[in-house]
Amino acid sequence: MMIEALIAVALVGALVTFVAPNRVAGKLAFAISLVPVALSLWLFTAFDGSGNALLDGTLAFESHYEWIQLGEYTISWFVGLDGISLPLVVLTTILTSLAIMSSWTPIDERESQFYGLVLFIEASLIGVFAALDFFLWFIFWEAVLIPMYLLIGIWGGPRRKYAAIKFFVYTNVASLLMFGAFIALVFGLGDAVTSFALPEVTDAMLNGGPEGFFGLEGTTLASVVFVALFIGFAVKVPVVPFHTWLPDAHVEAPTPASVLLAGVLLKMGTYALLRFNFTMFPDQVEAYAVPIAAIAVISVIYGAMLALAQTDLKRIVAYSSVSSMGYVILGLIAYTQFGVGGATFQMVSHGLISGLMFMAVGVIYNATHTRLVTDMSGIADRMPVAVGILVAGAFGYMGLPLMSGFAAEYFIFFGAFGADFAYAPLFTGLAMFGIVLVAGYLLFALQRTVFGPYRLETDYEVSRAPLHDLAPMFVLLGLIIALGVAPDLIFEMITDAVDPILEGGDL
Amino acid sequence: MAIYELPQWAALGPALLLAATALMLFLFDSISPRSTNRSLLAGTAAAGSLASLAVAVWFTAAGVGTPTAEGGRGVIDPTHGFVVDQLALYFMIVVAIVTALIVVASYDYLVDHAYQAEYYSLVILAATGMSLMAAADSLVTIFIALELASLPSYALVAILKDNRGSVEAGLKYFLIGALSSAIFVYGISLVYGATGHLELSAIAEVITDGEADPYGGLLGLGLLMLIGGVAFKTASVPFHFWAPEAYEGAPAPISAFLSSASKAAGFVIAFRIFTEAFPLGEIGAVIGFDWTVAFIVLAIVTMTLGNFAAATQDNVKRMLAYSSIGHAGYALIGLAGLTVDGGELVMGAAMMHLLVYGFMNTGAFLFVALAEHWGVGRTFEDYNGLSAQAPVACAAMAVFLFSLAGIPPFGGFFSKYFLFVGAIEAAAANMAMLVVAAALVVNSALSLYYYSRLVKALWIEEPPATRDRLAQPTGIYAAIVVAAVMTIVILPGFGPVVDAAIGAAEAVVG
Repeated sequence: MMIEALIAVALVGALVTFVAPNRVAGKLAFAISLVPVALSLWLFTAFDGSGNALLDGTLAFESHYEWIQLGEYTISWFVGLDGISLPLVVLTTILTSLAIMSSWTPIDERESQFYGLVLFIEASLIGVFAALDFFLWFIFWEAVLIPMYLLIGIWGGPRRKYAAIKFFVYTNVASLLMFGAFIALVFGLGDAVTSFALPEVTDAMLNGGPEGFFGLEGTTLASVVFVALFIGFAVKVPVVPFHTWLPDAHVEAPTPASVLLAGVLLKMGTYALLRFNFTMFPDQVEAYAVPIAAIAVISVIYGAMLALAQTDLKRIVAYSSVSSMGYVILGLIAYTQFGVGGATFQMVSHGLISGLMFMAVGVIYNATHTRLVTDMSGIADRMPVAVGILVAGAFGYMGLPLMSGFAAEYFIFFGAFGADFAYAPLFTGLAMFGIVLVAGYLLFALQRTVFGPYRLETDYEVSRAPLHDLAPMFVLLGLIIALGVAPDLIFEMITDAVDPILEGGDL
Repeated sequence: MAIYELPQWAALGPALLLAATALMLFLFDSISPRSTNRSLLAGTAAAGSLASLAVAVWFTAAGVGTPTAEGGRGVIDPTHGFVVDQLALYFMIVVAIVTALIVVASYDYLVDHAYQAEYYSLVILAATGMSLMAAADSLVTIFIALELASLPSYALVAILKDNRGSVEAGLKYFLIGALSSAIFVYGISLVYGATGHLELSAIAEVITDGEADPYGGLLGLGLLMLIGGVAFKTASVPFHFWAPEAYEGAPAPISAFLSSASKAAGFVIAFRIFTEAFPLGEIGAVIGFDWTVAFIVLAIVTMTLGNFAAATQDNVKRMLAYSSIGHAGYALIGLAGLTVDGGELVMGAAMMHLLVYGFMNTGAFLFVALAEHWGVGRTFEDYNGLSAQAPVACAAMAVFLFSLAGIPPFGGFFSKYFLFVGAIEAAAANMAMLVVAAALVVNSALSLYYYSRLVKALWIEEPPATRDRLAQPTGIYAAIVVAAVMTIVILPGFGPVVDAAIGAAEAVVG
């Protein structure tokens, strides 16, 4: 019942915050959000699962109740955690709390609604990572969209309406495609499945596969569904060429929404890819390895080059996410222990680092009211601590050893070099070049904005950032270094859950 | 249990309670004709509809209508021409819920209105008619119940006597209603002429025995006319065009009442007439076509027309009116998807959709009632930025709109999904249902456009500089919040709803 408690606390907290007076909403939401943090950390220490949730692993904190019986299919409330989902749940709760604290400065109207929506997103995200029934999972998946649409649309920047609609349309169309494809798959599996439980569907896929559906052969159906699911999730990740909603959404979104968007929402896409495409369709993964690896490498390089061309700090960080997510895809398609494990590790690591970067950029923006590289220089002179953290985060992005970014990228490259598909070393080598680009655009931007003589084009007095803006960044930095020094904190449980996938489910 | 001691006629309790409430309201009015004691009047009406709801739920829980083989008490035949089974009780519940919601909301809407007692008694009388429609199983009782529901509705639409729109809408509604009633009753006479019976089961018997074979053309014509009558009541093509005018001109709570309860009642008579009196297969042999063909065409045309027209509206109430036509198209899938072998899944899905619709659509129209109470105007632009001043009501409205669009995590998602699955399942026997399923998906996607446009106006657009403080009328707020909570809570609670709906459909179809 622990997962239910986790979701319930966030949900009730959201309702309470929604009707609370504006002036206490921020503090109240933060206090409430500490409960899920404590609970999820307790889950982390008490974790007793093993193996993969979809492949007969032992689930931790499982609960399973029948919900609806319709025709031949059962829909259940089915939640549980394994080594892949637990770190992501912990990431969600921690990032939400920190994002709430980092909103105290920038959010100054309709606070209670803002914090209520943030807590609602938290509840839905925990549900996405914990749900093991397709329907339940899809409901949580969609439930994330509406509050995020409102966060961008109400509290966003000047072009917020456009950005919010674009985000909503892109991700909704993708969801529709993915939903339809999966339903077709379940119908195609025929009598082999009697429910929408993901472990059951996975089992049926690995032992026999679909029989066919409305004229499509079984194997064709599997391929079509694989591609449709991949596109559906790729929009969320996002990978090139489905990435164009991301910079708009990020730039217009208020800082805390960006933190959650980059930190956790993008991980929904890669998490779903891992759970669906890369667990249920091993044959298709092999068959489509080369095109997917190509997409991954293009995302890495093209995303980095786009970042290089930007002059808006937030846009730079946003495009760098496209690049980093490319690494995740590369790790997944490698289909080796280090590749898939490293990709999962990168999900957590990138969540922490990009969250930190968005917060740091946000703190600078709060003081300067501009994000344009050309508008400022020498900010370090006035905000030494905040800039120090920004620089540290940038080094995390570049993969400085002993920070989590290094561990994640090392695992991925190590795993991808040894991958089975054609030209794997070549793809990996190209992707590694991305590191150089990352260093290029980050250092270039930092050099122009934070170093050199102090100059600011906008008319604002810049002084040191308040402590409640800095505190969340220190926490994130601590976590990034902790995971960099001791990746085994989570990598052990990740590989334990990843191994069954690579063995095709038979342990 | 105590229910055994109740006489047979008591099975019609939910409808009888409504009738008694209506009479009580008349009594108040005759004692004190100028009374504007809103609390007393609205309270009586609300108590009556809630009592009706409670009794219907109690009967369902006690197993009235559930086949005896499954541990229920079987179908009860309270009096000639009526039957109380699961289907009847299910729709009595829907009608009672909507009635309760709109009566509570009307408490504030009718401030300073001159005809308080008339209003409430007409509403409750119409609800009585709808409740009886759910239980009627002879063409005569169906027609009488239908008229009992319709006549008060005409008056209710026109009850804002000083408002030109309201009076015009009432007249239009009445003229088209009278026309369709005439067509319906003519259809009844043709069916009677061909089969010699008015009771649905007796008609079916005659058709199955082949005694109606010489009158195939006559019967077919009668059947088409019955479809016309049903189309009027459910606001579907070809008798849909009264709906936008009537809903727009009527007081908003009445629009909610007509578009939710009246529509549901129209569907229950459609379900009952076509499944019980004209068994698929046999009827096809007699008249040359199966009525599912007609419903497939009507479903596609209705949902497409409703949604496309809704997408072009600037007036919120008209948009909701056309969307209501679109939803009638969705519910028609419940008839279109029936096959000789059954189809309880698709019909059950349509019933679930009507229940969820009873909450979300009523709620949406009540929000319009709230906006009219505030006097903010009628177009999308007039609704800009209302969320800054009334976040709770606007949050509820967002819930209704997303649920109408069929987005999780709201009730509308499940019922639409079940309709889709039901259509796909029926496609195994009838490939045309694939087109219906595709139309459902395309229309749902389109509907997201205009529903989210309203959400955008409410939440994202800037409010105009000059807008007075908005009042928070208790009654409308309470009704809206209850409807919103139910739209969400019905999602985890869908298990019993599915059982009830599928069970009811199975009993009729199977």
